Amino acid sequence: MSFDVEAFRAEFSFFQQHPDWVYLDSAATMHKPDAVIKAEVEFYQQHNSNVHRGAHQLSQQATQLFEQARDTVALALNVRRREEIIWTSGATEALNLLACGLMGTVLKPGDRILLTCLEHHANIVPWQFYCQQHGVLIDVVPLTNELELDIAAFQQLLELKPKVVAMAEVSNVLGTISPVAQLVQLAKAAGAITVIDGAQGIVWQRPDMQALDADFYVFSGHKLYGPTGIGVLYGRYELLNNLKPLRYGGEMIKTVSFTGTTLNQLPYKLEAGTPNIAGAIGLAAAVSWLNNFDSAALTAHKQQLFTELYLGCQAIKGLQLLSPQQNNVGILALNIKGEHPTDVAALLNEQKIAVRAGTHCAMPLFQALQLPGAVRLSLAAYNNSHDIKRTLKALEQTVELLQ
Amino acid sequence: MTAHELILQSKAPYTAIAKHELPAIAASSDWQNKYRILMNLGKQLPVFSSDLQRDELLIAGCDSKAWLLHQYDGITQKHYWAFDSEARVVKGLVALAICQLNGLSNTELAKIDFTALLRPLGLYQNISPSRQNGLQAVLDKMAEQIKAAS
Repeated sequence: MSFDVEAFRAEFSFFQQHPDWVYLDSAATMHKPDAVIKAEVEFYQQHNSNVHRGAHQLSQQATQLFEQARDTVALALNVRRREEIIWTSGATEALNLLACGLMGTVLKPGDRILLTCLEHHANIVPWQFYCQQHGVLIDVVPLTNELELDIAAFQQLLELKPKVVAMAEVSNVLGTISPVAQLVQLAKAAGAITVIDGAQGIVWQRPDMQALDADFYVFSGHKLYGPTGIGVLYGRYELLNNLKPLRYGGEMIKTVSFTGTTLNQLPYKLEAGTPNIAGAIGLAAAVSWLNNFDSAALTAHKQQLFTELYLGCQAIKGLQLLSPQQNNVGILALNIKGEHPTDVAALLNEQKIAVRAGTHCAMPLFQALQLPGAVRLSLAAYNNSHDIKRTLKALEQTVELLQ
Repeated sequence: MTAHELILQSKAPYTAIAKHELPAIAASSDWQNKYRILMNLGKQLPVFSSDLQRDELLIAGCDSKAWLLHQYDGITQKHYWAFDSEARVVKGLVALAICQLNGLSNTELAKIDFTALLRPLGLYQNISPSRQNGLQAVLDKMAEQIKAAS
């Protein structure tokens, strides 16, 4: 099936509003197709009511839409039970919920967990915070010289018997894809609970939870063409059920008295307060909308653009490319030799090329690379060849201006 | 270099920037030329040696590291600054602000609208005093220093 990028791009009103901009910051947040925006607007205009608690038909309809959204995501991820999909505000909240929820239940003082050098702060800091409180130790998988996870070191660190292994599917800085399926099997064989941060991975390839076999998987809706403020924590039912909630109050409770409280069942007991109903419906709309397209064709298009960008950048004198070309979802981290990434981004901004500069919430990775940061160019399927040509021209101009 | 020497060595470059580059940027019609000048402003200014890149001089809220040194002459009631940043764009933008303020007295500074300092330069299309480039944070800090002395 061929892929018509202009037809795909036409699904996004944003690009009609900003025809003069090249958006290469999709790893920060993606644009949302009109189908997603429409789904949210329609919910508020036609169905708005609170869920699960109304005595009226309107609430029942809203509840039905909200729970259908859960079913859509559950089906897309091929989970065993719909209750294994927990709505969160995003990947960050999901990881906070896990770090908090596993402490004291699974993780005890003196236990170890294993993270990797590629992690986003959201998959480091919540663990650090709760591990310090509970006397749990953290080990870190280093990188090889080729900037890939050091599998041999990973296996050695598994010998320390970590109770939890948490790792990103895709590096948010470099764009490289980690062999998570293989690593999950190794970690499980060593008896660890596995957590996959799918924030950058989810849009690259829709994961099949039963095939991947990880215990937990988290992602944010806004990095899958969906709204901000909604995300998903997938977890194996028994493990989810044992998590200590991060928040208390609302639908998560069955009975309350001043002598004690009984918690509701999954998924509700991990979803305190009124949920982001429209967000969940918007995310489900994004998932359904994506089903209209051949995912292999989207990936092939993105890979083609990435190759064009990568080779073009290689030909510009003075650019230092950090990201490997191979095994990459379409993220290119680069620097101009001797220049601060902020300066490069400022000059690209002047030419209406939207990129991100800095340490990208991955300071430990930059410490390992011994760099103050990088400029990150991240692609999505709505980018076209014109975007790449303009970016390459702007980079040439930037190099020239910094001389 | 001591802090005092750094302030002294920054005086002449700031005066020169106010006289030459500031009007040159304002007079340039194309953005490339404006930036060519802006990005090279820092080269005229002294660099903070590692012992002066002190944490208490760091400006919080910049994407790049930036240090601001301030000296107030109690007798003449005049303020002097020196500034350095890892990023050329920040060093240049702040130089364009400091060059208009350096060596002024409390009474003179009280009359100046800090929010309008860079407005005539035509850089405001995309570069504005923002949290990202840290210019706003530097201006806030300078206003604080002036207030403390007045």
